[in-house]
Amino acid sequence: MTGKVAYTNARLLDPTSGTDSRGDLLTVGDTIADVGELFSAGVPDDCTVVDCAGHCLAPGLIDMMAALGEPGREHKETITTGTRAAAAGGITTVVASPDTRPIMDEIALIEFLDRQAQTSGVVRVLPAATITKGMAGQEMTEIGLLAEAGAVLFTDGYRSITNPQVLRRALSYASTFGALIAHHTEVPELVGDGVMNDSETATRLGLGGNPAAAETIMLERDLRIAELTGGRYHAASISTADSVDAMRQAKDKGLRVTCGVAPYHFALNENEVGHYRTFTKVSPPLRSESDREAIVAGLADGTIDIIASHHRPEDPEAKRLPFAQAAYGAVGLETAFLIGLELYHKGQLPLLDLLARLTAGPAAILSLPQGRLARGAPADLVVFNPDTPARIDAEGFQSKSKNSPFDARPIQGQVLRTVVAGATVFEAA
Amino acid sequence: MTSLAATPFPHRHLLGIEDLSADEITALLDLSDTYVDLNRRPEKKLGRLRGRTQINLFFETSTRTKTSFELAGKRLGADVINMSVEGSAIKKGETLIDTAMTLNAMQPDAMVIRHSDSGAADLLSQKVNGSVINAGDGSHAHPTQALLDALTIRRRLGQLQGLTVAICGDILHSRVARSNIQLLGKMGALVRVVAPPTLLPAAVDRLGVEVHHDMVSGLKNVDIVMMLRLQLERMKGAFVPSIREYYRYYGLDRDKLAHAKPDALIMHPGPMNRGVEIDTEVADDIHRSVIREQVEMGVAVRMACLDALVHRTLERPAEAATQ
Repeated sequence: MTGKVAYTNARLLDPTSGTDSRGDLLTVGDTIADVGELFSAGVPDDCTVVDCAGHCLAPGLIDMMAALGEPGREHKETITTGTRAAAAGGITTVVASPDTRPIMDEIALIEFLDRQAQTSGVVRVLPAATITKGMAGQEMTEIGLLAEAGAVLFTDGYRSITNPQVLRRALSYASTFGALIAHHTEVPELVGDGVMNDSETATRLGLGGNPAAAETIMLERDLRIAELTGGRYHAASISTADSVDAMRQAKDKGLRVTCGVAPYHFALNENEVGHYRTFTKVSPPLRSESDREAIVAGLADGTIDIIASHHRPEDPEAKRLPFAQAAYGAVGLETAFLIGLELYHKGQLPLLDLLARLTAGPAAILSLPQGRLARGAPADLVVFNPDTPARIDAEGFQSKSKNSPFDARPIQGQVLRTVVAGATVFEAA
Repeated sequence: MTSLAATPFPHRHLLGIEDLSADEITALLDLSDTYVDLNRRPEKKLGRLRGRTQINLFFETSTRTKTSFELAGKRLGADVINMSVEGSAIKKGETLIDTAMTLNAMQPDAMVIRHSDSGAADLLSQKVNGSVINAGDGSHAHPTQALLDALTIRRRLGQLQGLTVAICGDILHSRVARSNIQLLGKMGALVRVVAPPTLLPAAVDRLGVEVHHDMVSGLKNVDIVMMLRLQLERMKGAFVPSIREYYRYYGLDRDKLAHAKPDALIMHPGPMNRGVEIDTEVADDIHRSVIREQVEMGVAVRMACLDALVHRTLERPAEAATQ
């Protein structure tokens, strides 16, 4: 692609440079060629013009964790439907969860995913591999070779590595390759039969409680191991006030550790479980209101580095069950940014900071060239209006699965256009 | 012929106590009283549910509750079908909705469900046209048990208001405890829970109960001692160290009972583990143990619930006037 596209009359938002100003952006082929006040004298004839009509133009969003269904769970999601959902949500880069069937612990599978993504993905799909073989928490995978094959991070999905020696060696070994270990932080024995936050609500509903300490204990252990090894550690999804504190202290100490959250942890609390709404069954579980507030504060002060969709598509059969038996997870590709905008509208997070958690933040952790509006950067863009009133409509999702805890939620914001490598992959109707 | 005005009963399902007001509970107990009297006559069969179909859908083993619901339905004249799916392939939760849809197609007027998962009755009620009665779902609720306990107490002591009730044992896993806490609280009784911390759920004090960890303080001056069954497998080190130790500290015997009011009643939802949570002698004390009375009240309460839910009114049966 060598075409030139002029994005005119935009509100340019770039967290990396701190830009928030009127201007234009020029892409040539798959690259950003220029950005600034470019076309005050008119747009050159050889450019296709996209008039942003004063709307926001930002780097395309980078999602550090989403399940895309392939291979093995194509009835819940495929690369095609998952990446279309991403595009509709303004996401231009997705790290695909390795919790597939078979599990992504072999080079051939990384290559398979790459091929699938090339042929049927509409946004960039980056493979992740598991930390341990078969996600069994025992033997580490070929971290070096898998990284060479393209795995951008290593994670055992929503399973925690309980044996501290295994995590220690994985972090230690991975540091040779600068590989990132993203870990789910829960002590499974403390979770026990817990399926929601251990609280009055759980008691009333007669559901097993998952205590906040189950997460914080694992996180604190991990942070010690990260300190011991010097490895690059990322807590994939934290949900409690104590976890935010633990991360804050670790960062104050100077540890090279990062963490992420899922939108439902800053937007919802345990009361959403209501009368056994299985779409609110997520891992870690929705927590108390004070935990939710602490997560918001952690996003605001930068303790929490990134927001990831934690998109986990589930078919109705896996969710239309008694709460304890229902599958964990919520779809999130199409709502992550819109729900994030709530923080901006409530005055809890400036727009540039919100975008940082969704673009520059993950780009820095993953060492990616995208995620910024800069000359020479990949032309991955999102055009949006942060103010359009709307209502989330799960039935209208591109995703094959509709298990959203946000269905019918009134929101403000609309993704108008998503551009990957210079080509528009989504345009609002 | 009816002497009780037909008060509307606005509920289609009985899933838990939380949906009932104190007045509705009182009215249900009043209606139950009528059925107690009718059940003591030689001719017990009524026509209130003639031509109606009741399906008992038990995903968990149960002898007394299932029998009680079956008798209740039959005495009201309903056609009662029992589906015990415990142990069969259908037991798996995956098929709960399918089972519900299939049975719903047979047009039952009432479905009585017991299931090992909290929320199962709730889920079923969203998928069927008839009434759903929760006969116990996981650790969540067992509303007819709470109603029959209340009826037993009311018949013995006249009222619930102002009584102090100690619920002792495995509160953590007990749906009976949860439903009783709600019902007794609504009716103005003071509820204490007595258990080791490992058998209490999170924030149990937020349910409006006094929390005690020892039987002496917990039973002090109570009017009612309600014992809960402790599953034997929960006593092998997971929640308490041993049966011996549990019985020593939490089993109801004469010594512990001495701290309650002299005429305090002893209740148990059954089946009892004698020598585990309750001493045999105490359980069989004919003056104070109302455990068998509870079983009798169970049938009457379930008749009242079936009647009220299916007809959506609280109407005293015509037969009651002729006695």
